[in-house]
Amino acid sequence: MTDPLSRPPKKDPQVRTRVPTRPSHFRSRAALGIAAAAAEGRFMLQVCEDCGAVQYPPRDACASCLSVALPWRDVSPKGRLIAETTVRTSTSIYFRERTPWRIGTIKLEAGPSVMAHVHGDLAPDGEARVVSMLDKSGQGVLFAIPPDMTPNMEDDPQMREMTCDPKFRRVLITDARNENAPALAQALADAGASMIFVGEAESWRPYPHRAALAAIPNVDILPMDVTDTASVVELCGEIGGKTDILINNARFVRPGGILDRADVGFAREEMEVNYFGLLRLAQAFGPAMRGRGADGDNSAAAWVNILSVNAWSNSPDYGLFSASSAAALSLSQNLRADLWDGGVRVLNVFTGPTEDEWHQPLPPPKVAPAAIARALVAGLKDGLEDVYVGDVAKDLIDRWRAGPKILEREMMENRGASS
Amino acid sequence: MNQQSGAPLLGELALSIASGAIRVVDLTHTLDPDFPVIILPPEFGQCARFRMEEISAYDHRGPAWKWHNFTCSEHTGTHFDAPAHWISGRDLPNNSVDTIPVEQFIGPACVIDCSQGAAADEDFELTPEVIQAWEAEHGEIPAGAWVLMRTDWSRRRGAEYLNMREDGPHSPGPTPEGIRFLIEQRDIRGFGTETVGTDAGQGNHYTPPFPAHFYLHGAGKLGLQCLNNLWELPPTGAMLIATPLKIKQGTGSPLRVIALVG
Repeated sequence: MTDPLSRPPKKDPQVRTRVPTRPSHFRSRAALGIAAAAAEGRFMLQVCEDCGAVQYPPRDACASCLSVALPWRDVSPKGRLIAETTVRTSTSIYFRERTPWRIGTIKLEAGPSVMAHVHGDLAPDGEARVVSMLDKSGQGVLFAIPPDMTPNMEDDPQMREMTCDPKFRRVLITDARNENAPALAQALADAGASMIFVGEAESWRPYPHRAALAAIPNVDILPMDVTDTASVVELCGEIGGKTDILINNARFVRPGGILDRADVGFAREEMEVNYFGLLRLAQAFGPAMRGRGADGDNSAAAWVNILSVNAWSNSPDYGLFSASSAAALSLSQNLRADLWDGGVRVLNVFTGPTEDEWHQPLPPPKVAPAAIARALVAGLKDGLEDVYVGDVAKDLIDRWRAGPKILEREMMENRGASS
Repeated sequence: MNQQSGAPLLGELALSIASGAIRVVDLTHTLDPDFPVIILPPEFGQCARFRMEEISAYDHRGPAWKWHNFTCSEHTGTHFDAPAHWISGRDLPNNSVDTIPVEQFIGPACVIDCSQGAAADEDFELTPEVIQAWEAEHGEIPAGAWVLMRTDWSRRRGAEYLNMREDGPHSPGPTPEGIRFLIEQRDIRGFGTETVGTDAGQGNHYTPPFPAHFYLHGAGKLGLQCLNNLWELPPTGAMLIATPLKIKQGTGSPLRVIALVG
C-alpha cells in the first residue's frame, strides 16, 4: 500500500515558491500518439496493418515488415514487470528534484517490452497494467501500475505528478448560479478538496440552489461575474495564489440558429460568458497558476472547461451557442499552450445536451449535473485532457473523427429532431 | 419669460448656487457593474448590465493616460425613459431622447413621501387618494411638474432592492388610476421613482399592464427611475434637472439627475 498523503502544511512565506521545471518534452511526431491516447485515458500503441505486429517504441515503419501503415490501436494493457531500477540522481533538473524515481521494463502480453514509470505498489516480477499518462511536460508517458487497486494508490508521489487529483487541493468553481454547481462542489468535496471557492454573480438576484450549495463542506461563496473584468481581477487578487484547480462552469445558452434570432443580443451574451468569460479568467488566474505548478502537494494542477460537444460540429438548433463553444474550444487550446510551461493541465469536459431548462424540449438522453461532476473528477484523478460525458458526446466525437464533413451533413439532417 | 426679464433672475440663481444658498443635490446612483437592472423572463431580450473595460492605465497600452470603454443599456442605473420606450408612445412626435425639446428636462419637483407606506407594505400603491391627501397639505401639483414618488427604496441593497420572489418582484408604484390622475388632472411633465422602474414590482398585473409606462409615455410624458437621495428634497420648491444623453433615436439614457434646493 501507499503511504496516505497528509494534509500539506501552510505555506512558509519566507521560502521562494519552487519554479516549475519539466521533464523532457521532445518527441518524434510518431511518438505523439502516446500523448493523444493519454489525453483520453486510453492505452494505445501502433499496430501494423499488414503483419499485425504491435510496435514499441513508436516508429515510422514496422519493425517486422517495414510497412508504413501503423495506425494507433487500443491494445491490452496487461503485462509483467521484468526489470526495474530506482533512479537516485539525474542530469534532468525535474527528476533531480523528485528522486528517488522508480522505472522499469514491462513485458506486454500484446508483444513488445516497454519502458515505464513504475508505481510504488507494483511488486517486483509482478503482474502489471500499463497506462498512458501525461507528465508535467504535457507529453505522453507509460506508467506501470498494479492490476488491481491498492490502498491510497493515487497518493503515490510519482503518480500524483501525472494526475491532477483534487485531494487536499483548493478549487475554484466559477459560477454558483449554474445548476450544476452543487453537484460539482459535492463531487470535489467527496474527492477531498480542502477548499471549494464558488464565484457568485449578481447576488442581488436569488436562485434556487444557493442554500444547497452553501451547505456543502468547505464551500465558500465569493462574488465574481465572468462578464465583469473588475470582479474577476478582484477575486483573483484574493485567492489567485491558492487556486490549484479552476473549474469554469459559467455558461450562457439559448436555443436557436442565425435565422431563428432577430438580433445579436443573445449571441453577444454567449460570447461574453462562454468566450470572453474564459479569456478574462485566463488572463487573471492563468499567470499565478502557471507559476505555482510545482508548489508542493497542493500545487496548481489543472484548469477545467465544461464545453458543449457541438464545439466540434455545429448543431443548427443551437447554432449560435455552438459557435461560441467552438470559440471557447479554440481558446482552450491557446490556454493549454500557455499553461504548458507551468505543468498545469487544461482538461476539457465535453457534454451533449444537458438536463436543464434550455434543453427542456429535447428528448433523452441528456446529461445530468451529477454525471458531469463524476466524469470531471474522474478526469482530474486520471490526469486527462479530454473527457466526453454521455452517449451524445461520445457518439459525436466518434463521428467527427470518422469524417467531419459527413457529420456536418448529419447535423443538418437532424435539425428539428428535438421538437 | 424673455431674456431681458429672465437674466437678472438667472444671475441671482447662479450666484446663489455659487454661494451655497441654493444646494445642488445628486439624485443619481453610481454606475456600478453590480447595480441591479430590471429582470425579464429569460427568453426575452435583457437589459445589459453596466460594464467597464480598461483601454489603458498609464501603461504600455497608453503610457500617460487612463481611460475605459463602458457598455450598458439605455435603461441601466439611474435612467431616463422617453415616450418612445413604450408601445403607447411609439408614434408621438419628438419621442426619443435626441428630439425631446431640451426645456422638457428641467422643471419643478413635487415629492410625494410614501416612505412610511412603503416600509409597511412593499407593494404600496400610489393612488389618487394618496396624491390628493398630499395636495391637501402641500398644495395642488402645478402643470409641468416632475412628480417624484419617495419610498426610501434606494436605501435597499442587494436582493432587497428588486425584492424578487417566485411570483415576481415586489416594490411600490402607482395604480392605473393614480398615474392617470397625474397625467389627466395635473398635466405633469414626468414621473420619477427610486425603484428599478416607474411601475410597481407587480405592475404587470394591473390593467393595462405597467400602467405608468403605458399612460405616461402614451401622453408624451417622461420617466425617471433608480433615483437616489429623494429624502433630501422638500415636498415642493426644488428644481429638477434631468438631461439624458443625446442618443440617436434613443428610448432612454443613463444620466446624472440633480436637484436645486433652496
